[in-house]
Amino acid sequence: MTDLRKEDRDRAGETAAAGGVAQPHDEGGHARHLAPHEQVDRATTGVPSDPAAFVGGSGQGDMALVYESGVELEARSQWGYAARRFLRHRLAMGGLMGMLFIFFVAIFANKIAPYPFDELDFNALRIGPTTEGKHYFGTDLLGRDFFSRVVYGLRTSVWVALFVTLLATVIGTTIGAIAGYFGGWVDNLLMRLTDLVLTLPLLAVLLVASIYLGQGKPFRVALILAALFWTGIARIVRGTFLSLREKEFVEAAKASGAGDARIIIRHMLPNAVGPIIVTATLIVAGAILTEAALSFLGFGIQPPNPALGQLINDGQSEGLKFWWMVTFPGIIIVFIALCINFIGDGLRDALDPTQRRLRD
Amino acid sequence: MTEPAAHEPLLAIRDLTVEFGTEDGVVHAVTGVSYDVFPGETVGVVGESGSGKSVSVMSLLGLIPQPPGRITDGQATFEGRDLLKMGKKALRELRGGDVAMIFQDPMTSLNPVFTIGDQIGEAIQVHNPGVKDDEADQRVVDLLTLVGVPNPAQRVKQYPHEFSGGMRQRAMIAMAIANEPKLLIADEPTTALDVTIQAQIIEVLKAAQHETHAATILITHDLGLVAELCDRVVVMYGGRVVETGDVYTIFANPRHPYTVGLMDSLPKLVGEEEMLRPITGQPPSLINLPPGCAFHPRCFLSGGRMLCRTDVPPLRPLGDTAHLSACHFAEELQERHPERAAAGGHV
Repeated sequence: MTDLRKEDRDRAGETAAAGGVAQPHDEGGHARHLAPHEQVDRATTGVPSDPAAFVGGSGQGDMALVYESGVELEARSQWGYAARRFLRHRLAMGGLMGMLFIFFVAIFANKIAPYPFDELDFNALRIGPTTEGKHYFGTDLLGRDFFSRVVYGLRTSVWVALFVTLLATVIGTTIGAIAGYFGGWVDNLLMRLTDLVLTLPLLAVLLVASIYLGQGKPFRVALILAALFWTGIARIVRGTFLSLREKEFVEAAKASGAGDARIIIRHMLPNAVGPIIVTATLIVAGAILTEAALSFLGFGIQPPNPALGQLINDGQSEGLKFWWMVTFPGIIIVFIALCINFIGDGLRDALDPTQRRLRD
Repeated sequence: MTEPAAHEPLLAIRDLTVEFGTEDGVVHAVTGVSYDVFPGETVGVVGESGSGKSVSVMSLLGLIPQPPGRITDGQATFEGRDLLKMGKKALRELRGGDVAMIFQDPMTSLNPVFTIGDQIGEAIQVHNPGVKDDEADQRVVDLLTLVGVPNPAQRVKQYPHEFSGGMRQRAMIAMAIANEPKLLIADEPTTALDVTIQAQIIEVLKAAQHETHAATILITHDLGLVAELCDRVVVMYGGRVVETGDVYTIFANPRHPYTVGLMDSLPKLVGEEEMLRPITGQPPSLINLPPGCAFHPRCFLSGGRMLCRTDVPPLRPLGDTAHLSACHFAEELQERHPERAAAGGHV
């Protein structure tokens, strides 16, 4: 891999020297997509690029073949490059697999869980994990199958987290974009509002809000969380927009008669999608953890609806003897948060390769 | 490029004054600038960095940030309407429609996330909402052909990073002329390109002018470009117009010491080898402009005369009305440089 990249780099430099254009995305082994340029160069000038660059290191054969055969290589967009970088990011792919699995379980909870989450069985109170009667994670103090409760709890938690993320991203992006684009007093007003929300002690506000606004219902819990989670994304989008606003292509769009809304939505937002996606991913993790904390404290989703944090709460009141009631939901929360953070890392590396540490 | 100039100016700028409020004080970017642009002609606006040449044009189109910028005085009549009094919406419709711009740096003036075809197509559709996508696509291909982008049908699907600098500038020019503007503003269109590409882009600009019959304001500090493309020249210094006239007169017979300095600081390829004569000193701070003539601290002609230090010289006609200079002692220049007049346009 290492030497292939080196070859690629060499080739990229050579292309530039040969009158082609070195693309900004060359580094990191993607130089092979330069081919369209080279084909143009070759077709128009009749000067072949130095074939030596394509011979040599093992593993170069397929590339050389593609090149030699003159197969039309499609030019990749920036998203193409980003997708490629993401797919090569091992941790991120692992995280993605993990999350797909979690989503699968959440979507098909009713198919996977052997019991309804609220079915009581007084003949099987507090039994440990066993395959007997399919109580893989044991049962709780009311004899409810704990595996089923975890699976349904997962569904609730994931649903809440995704809803929070969607809502927080929409609110945060809107506020950040408006603040960053217009600047001046609009920016000042919106950012002081953001600061205000940021300074609120998260948990205390959540506790109070959940008492008055919506203890118990997953939808309301999600609304409350979203109302506090948009600040990070608003700041990041504002910062991105502040720098994009000074870009000449924005000025050029203005000079060609585009209005504010068109510039914000069509010209600037697509350029800010990278940071937005990364931050949104991290909000998913934050929301799951916060929802768990809230439910653990008994102010989030209320029984009998299961949620991961609330299951841990059930377990910890039972003491260490019934270890499974704390362990399984806890492991799953950690697993989800870890997967999402890996995905977030991978996305950041993929979307903003300039910030990546060079790895070998 | 040399369409016969009509008598009614397409754009008439009068006493334009633009300031920027900064923490260090008020920057007098443009002070009392007046000039005309006639239909079909090319006007070169020349000056050092910070002489106000870009601001004087950008402010007309509402493209300077306000605040900190503000237009404190003046009119700019474009086809009978005052640009400075126009509403935001009317101005927006004008931009990219009747008045189009070509920017300095083609590497950053194109949006990296859209294909070239999308961007030019958008410029067309913003101003012509009725145009269907496939019509716009066809027009984009035609435009790219016009500006000399090879393989336009394939190139429209490519992203800006797949274009070289010269090709991007061609695409920018295609975008600028997409809506057949009456006035084309080119803000240092070749500065970011290397010399061979510059020559190509000049040809493309000429072709674009020929196609659209647009009047052009060429903002540049490249006197070679001015000589190549322009009919008339406006020389700016310290936010003011210091000399204006047709391109032959200005090159053959400059009547402002600053213009003379600009000419002298050009390397010459013909005639005797001689040292370049740069203009001594630094461009003035636009916050604290020197009193009187802003150029007097660097002027070889002034010689410390009191008038230069106290009175701002008005832009006044010299004999024939087309040649104006803002120098108290413009007449002395002819005597000092008789050989220049004799050289004719051969500079």
